Order: sequence, then C-alpha cells, then structure tokens
Amino acid sequence: MSLQPLRLGYVPLTDAAPLIIAQELGFAAEEGLRLDLIRLQSWAQCRDMLGMGQIDAAHMLVPLPIAQTLGLGPKYPALDLVMVLSVGGQAITVSADLGRAMRAAGHAFAFDDPLAARDALIAATKGRLRVGVPFPFSTQAELVRRWLEGTSLAAGVSIHTVPPPLMADALAAGEVDAYCVGEPWASYAVEAGVGALLLAGRAIWASPPEKGLVLTRDFAEGRPDETGRLMRAAWRACRWLDRPDNRGTAAEILSRPEYLNLPPELSERGLLGRLHVSTTGEVRHYPGFIRFHEGAANFPWRSLAALLAQRIATLHGLDVGWAMQVASGCFRTDLYRKHLRSAGADLPGASARIEGAMAHPTAVASEKGQMILGPDAFYDGQTFDPSFYKS
Amino acid sequence: MTKLSIIVVERDRNRALRIVDGLAASGNHDITVISEATGLARRIAEQRPDIVLIDVADPSRDVLEELALVSGPMERPVAMFVDRSDEQMTRAAIEAGVSAYVVDGLQPERIKPILDAAIARFHMFQKMRAELAATKAALEDRKIIDRAKAILMKARGIDEEAAYALLRKTAMDQKRRVADIAQQLVMAAGLLT
Repeated sequence: MSLQPLRLGYVPLTDAAPLIIAQELGFAAEEGLRLDLIRLQSWAQCRDMLGMGQIDAAHMLVPLPIAQTLGLGPKYPALDLVMVLSVGGQAITVSADLGRAMRAAGHAFAFDDPLAARDALIAATKGRLRVGVPFPFSTQAELVRRWLEGTSLAAGVSIHTVPPPLMADALAAGEVDAYCVGEPWASYAVEAGVGALLLAGRAIWASPPEKGLVLTRDFAEGRPDETGRLMRAAWRACRWLDRPDNRGTAAEILSRPEYLNLPPELSERGLLGRLHVSTTGEVRHYPGFIRFHEGAANFPWRSLAALLAQRIATLHGLDVGWAMQVASGCFRTDLYRKHLRSAGADLPGASARIEGAMAHPTAVASEKGQMILGPDAFYDGQTFDPSFYKS
Repeated sequence: MTKLSIIVVERDRNRALRIVDGLAASGNHDITVISEATGLARRIAEQRPDIVLIDVADPSRDVLEELALVSGPMERPVAMFVDRSDEQMTRAAIEAGVSAYVVDGLQPERIKPILDAAIARFHMFQKMRAELAATKAALEDRKIIDRAKAILMKARGIDEEAAYALLRKTAMDQKRRVADIAQQLVMAAGLLT
C-alpha cells in the first residue's frame, strides 16, 4: 500500500519528538501516512509556510496560533491547534557571571525552587535583567513574566527574542543576562561553559503547555480523514514517548544529523530529567521535566487558550473578553474528541477547567471512567477561571 | 523624493553583494548589510531603516518579528510587509525565499520596485542552490556506482561493462534507481569484509 505524504514543519528542538517518532517508528505508516519532515529555522518561517500552504501541519509554540487569531501577525487563513504535543521542557539559564555571584551569595541551584531562585537572582542583579526568549508569543515569555512580575526587579526586566541556537552566544556576548528556552538549548549553554541552569519551567507553572500540532482551519475541517490520521499517529507517538524506557531511544533518534544534529548525550538530559546545572557536572533529577502524554497532556483545553489570550491581549492593548472568546475557538477540543476517541484516548467530560487549581495529580470524570490530570498549579497559587470573564 | 534606507540581513558576503547590486539597479537607496546575528535588534534600532530584507529561512527572523510588534513612543512602528500588500506579492516573495519588514506608512509604489528586485535575486539563489545540489547528488551517484562496479568485477570476475549491466538489470527488476542498488551493494560488501 502506498503511503499518503504529508508535509510537516518542525523547529529542531527536543519537543519535536512526537512528529519525528511518529514517522521513524511507524506510527504514521500505521495510519497510511508518510510524514515529510521539514526542518525550519524560525517560528516566523513556520507560521508563514503554514499560512501559505507550503506545509500541511506544523510543530508550533502553543501561543502562536492564539496570537494569529488575535490579529497579531500577517494576514493568513485561520490556524487551529488540534492537540498539545508537549508540556514543560523549558528551563531558565543564567550567565556564568550571574551564576558565580549567586553561588557566592549561597544559592544552591536546586533547580526546583522558584522563590529561592528568584530571590537569589534579584540579589545578584543590579536592578536590571535582560532575558532571552525564543519568540514574542511563547510559553517561555509567559513563564518569565509570571515569575518576575510584582517583584522589585519587575521594572528592570526586559524580554528579548533570541533564536534558540543563538542563545548561548547571546549569553556569552553579554547581549542577555539570562534566558528561558526549551531543551536542548538550556543544557547547551552549560555544555558550552557560558551559563548555569537556574530553574525548570515546571517549577513556575506545573503544566506549561509548550508545543502543539497546528493546521490551517481549511485543512483541519476540509480534509478530516488526513487530519484524523495525523492526529492519531502523533498521539500514539506521544504515548510511546512517555514510557520511561523509551526516552533513551528517543534521544538517539532525535539527535541524528537530519534532525537535531547534536550529541545524544545532550538531547538525553531533558528527556531523562537528569540535568547538569553547572559545568562541574552537578546533576539535578527532575522527574517529568518534559511530558508528552501523561496527565491528559495532549488535550487542548479551551481554558488554556483563554488564559494565554488574556495575557497576550493585556500586553498588546486588545479587548480581553473578545480575545478570550475568539482564542478558545482555535483550540479544537471538538476535533480532538472526534479523531482520537477511536485511538483509545480517554476524554474529559468538560472542555474547559479552572487553570492552576491542582497542586497534585487529580482524578476527574471522563468517558472511560476516571482520568488523572495535573498537577497544573502556578508557583504563586494563582488560579484562572475562564467562566469568570464571560460577558 | 527622499532616499529609502534599506537593511539587508545576510551572512554570506557574496549573496549580500548580489542583493545590493540588484537593489541598486532598482533606484537610488541607502543600503546597509548586516552580516552578524548578535546585536541585530540594537543595530536595526540605531539605523532606523525603512525596509529590512532577510532570507525567509534566516533564524534571526524571529528577532525582526519582535521589532515588528514594538511601537513605543521612541520607536518607529515596523509592520510586516505581508500586512499591507496584495497577497500575490507576498506569496511571490515567500516562495522566492525573501521576507521584508517595512516601516509603517511607506507607500506601496515605493516598496514594489525594491521587492521586485529582491525577489528576482532570491529566485536566482534558489536556482543556483538547486543546481548545486543536483550536481552534488550526480557526483555522489557516480562515485557509489563506480565502487559497486569494482566490487562486482572483483567478486564475479567480470569486466566493467558486465558489472554495470548487472547493476542496471537488478535496478530495473526491482524498479529502483541504479545508484540505490549500488548503495545497497556497497553497504552489504562493507558488512561482509
């Protein structure tokens, strides 16, 4: 049987794993698909190629289709996020100079304590901190803002876009003092001897949605058969990736020259949750540092779209109520239910929830009985109730 | 009419020179090339260009995306060209491999000749790149077929012509390329020795 080709864009990061694994381990072929994976160099390129129809689907920052929906980008056909591909995987890295100053002041670089890390960082900076993030609309930017807003440092913080492969250089050149990025680019700075890992993204927000599978609405609705097959292939790859024994194999495959083109030893750190925080080889274990499936990670909660839309709209002076409403529409819980039920995905009773409410894994009602969600708490205990904003 | 200030972001010196030549032919502009990724945002802010041209696939594009969103009192609002142009032009640009960031309020009739020139140059680069890739692939094929022929000649005691005929027949039978069969043979021979 000949396989139907689909063109998929991805940016070379550890969290592109679901699409790469779907192709390499035959989950795509099982659905009659051949994924032509196209390595892209920037999120702008990814958005443009998808918008122009040069690729059929993309691995994309979760907030990016929301920003497009809110009109904060070029005019392209509507983009929809049909499933989340990964949660977590981000880390905050500080420059070697800052790292030394913080260590001298007694900070232990535990990697999991957001308040201790923040206090130590504020004490080590002189009122000014330039932080690199991969894109203006990224979970990384959201994590940095949440972590530093309301502190004495907040007024001195500036956030700058730096392409991930160039982040270590920017840190070494003193262009930024710290950055928040997805693996392997945080570990890369440690390996290059220009930075130290300060904090896991999940320590700020226990379930920060990172990448999603994004298609044009025209494709998602007009070609339901291929959309469903692609979603099932990606979903099975995500499930495979969250079996702990498979993570080492995944690192090997991802590291190949045609994908990340980096030593497997580097890609493996984030996948195994064993991160070197400094050049002296201090290792921190962070179980579940990145998740691809567990805790209903793939479900595109409409409340997540509303939360991110609220933040983006506030920052860019847009109407918040309108933004939350239209953004919820681009997270396609309906397509998720329709296409993944047959693959065996458990489905929650509701499509929205109060975000940040779960400090621990929590069982909720689902089609198959019970599903375990979360934890999804914010480090400061804030919660977000999307229904509160409905006009 | 005042001169337009154009920045070309391009690492490769030869490519940059060709783009500058192409743009210069389209009118009298003030053209600057930036070849380093570090400090890009700062340098663009200092220069205050009317137009920034950059390869669609350049990783530094995301830095420009950020500049395009900024419109503080001290900064000039930069808009993405695709926002204000006809869709056809945008498509032509992106397909050619060039993206343009244009300062807000610049008239389309001033942008068009510049973008046309950039599109023409980038088309040329794409063609050159494709030709180079094809030449390289052909060379690789030749090399691997030569090695496979040598292996067959030695193993079966046949001459070069017969070795090639055997490769070609196998390829035809299996509906594969001669180079692919040669590749398999070389790999298998490597395992056996």
